[in-house]
Amino acid sequence: MNGVHDMGGMDGFGKVEPEANEPVFHAPWEARVLAMNRAMGATGAWNIDMSRFSREALAPAVYLASSYYRKWFLGLEQMLLERGLVDADEIAAGHALRSGKHLKRKLTLADIGRVLTRGSFGRPASAPPRFNVGDRVRARNINPPTHTRLPRYTRGHVGRVERVHGCHVFPDTAAVGQGEHPQWLYTVCFEAHELWGDDADPKVKVSIEAFEPYLEPVVT
Amino acid sequence: MADHDHDHDGSHDHGSELSEMQLRVRALETVLTEKGYVDPAALDVIIETYETKIGPRNGAQVVAKAWTDPAFKQRLLADASAAVGSLGHESRVGDHLIAVENTEQVHNMIVCTLCSCYPWEVLGLPPVWYKSAPYRSRAVKDPRGVLADFGVRLADDVEIRVWDSTAETRYLVVPMRPAGTDGWSEERLAQLVTRDSMIGTALAARPRDSAP
Repeated sequence: MNGVHDMGGMDGFGKVEPEANEPVFHAPWEARVLAMNRAMGATGAWNIDMSRFSREALAPAVYLASSYYRKWFLGLEQMLLERGLVDADEIAAGHALRSGKHLKRKLTLADIGRVLTRGSFGRPASAPPRFNVGDRVRARNINPPTHTRLPRYTRGHVGRVERVHGCHVFPDTAAVGQGEHPQWLYTVCFEAHELWGDDADPKVKVSIEAFEPYLEPVVT
Repeated sequence: MADHDHDHDGSHDHGSELSEMQLRVRALETVLTEKGYVDPAALDVIIETYETKIGPRNGAQVVAKAWTDPAFKQRLLADASAAVGSLGHESRVGDHLIAVENTEQVHNMIVCTLCSCYPWEVLGLPPVWYKSAPYRSRAVKDPRGVLADFGVRLADDVEIRVWDSTAETRYLVVPMRPAGTDGWSEERLAQLVTRDSMIGTALAARPRDSAP
């Protein structure tokens, strides 16, 4: 979706302000939100792409005005409500008013290690890769209203395939419950002037990780 | 920027967000616990792990080892998940970790413009600035300007290579080893490897910077 989360190349947000000796969390609730997200993610009630989509789908003004963990909290609440795992009256009451639904798994103390190790997104290939290292490719001009990992600032621009990572879960379908549909994943590198015009720094290159459906061949 | 309310919520109203969020988060955790979805003790362990066990020290050890052990560096650049996995950190490294090396010619910098993807296993949780709109918006368009915000100035002929983490691959920058560190042990070298140097918004500290 063409949301405000897709920030690459936007102007006006000001300077980057690093914080000296930054704590891991700025308030105890941030830690609880992180942990609840990890624990609920481990139940299999949704996948990581659905979780990203839930935050992107926040109203733009809410997204921009919310801290990272507030976005995580709002996204979590929304996913729980959408799946009927929690009801609005329970959130309002701050207590369960009905018994819980069945979950595929539950995170227990014994298998914490599982949530602390990132999942694997590689999948067997069903076809050979369409592109090879060195190929010139154009990022397609796609504008799906749902989740995609092709940033707007690259669409329509030509880059070069630099790495081939194998087949990975395709976020665009996984995010909307349409399955993993594994796709070849490439690192595609763009010259800054291709992305930002003639005034761009000649010594800057930017790469993205692009799934095969995001790309089309450039015939030279 | 030192001690004001660092504005990570963008609202300049940190206090009221805190109390509102404290209440809402506590309420949701109570509901999830009573419904049997989460175990608060498990949540405690997750938090404790990120507060005390997984952080940039893990990545710094990896970099220091790469600086002193050429065979390890080769393995790291070829397959970082396997190479880091062999070190047996508390945080078991997942698949798809990729290490990129800074040289005299190329400076690497990592961003996630779409959300805040970050190599948690080797760097811990990302700092607020990494997740902020200024960084996510500018890193791909004006990386030299972003480096200037961090007080880093590279020669104009050094190429800046920005890696936008748009998939499940995660990047770790191997900064250049500072001069004047010949013969240093891995442990001592690791002190020079700052978190930001492994994201690419800083260089590794020089020996005198880290002197006690």
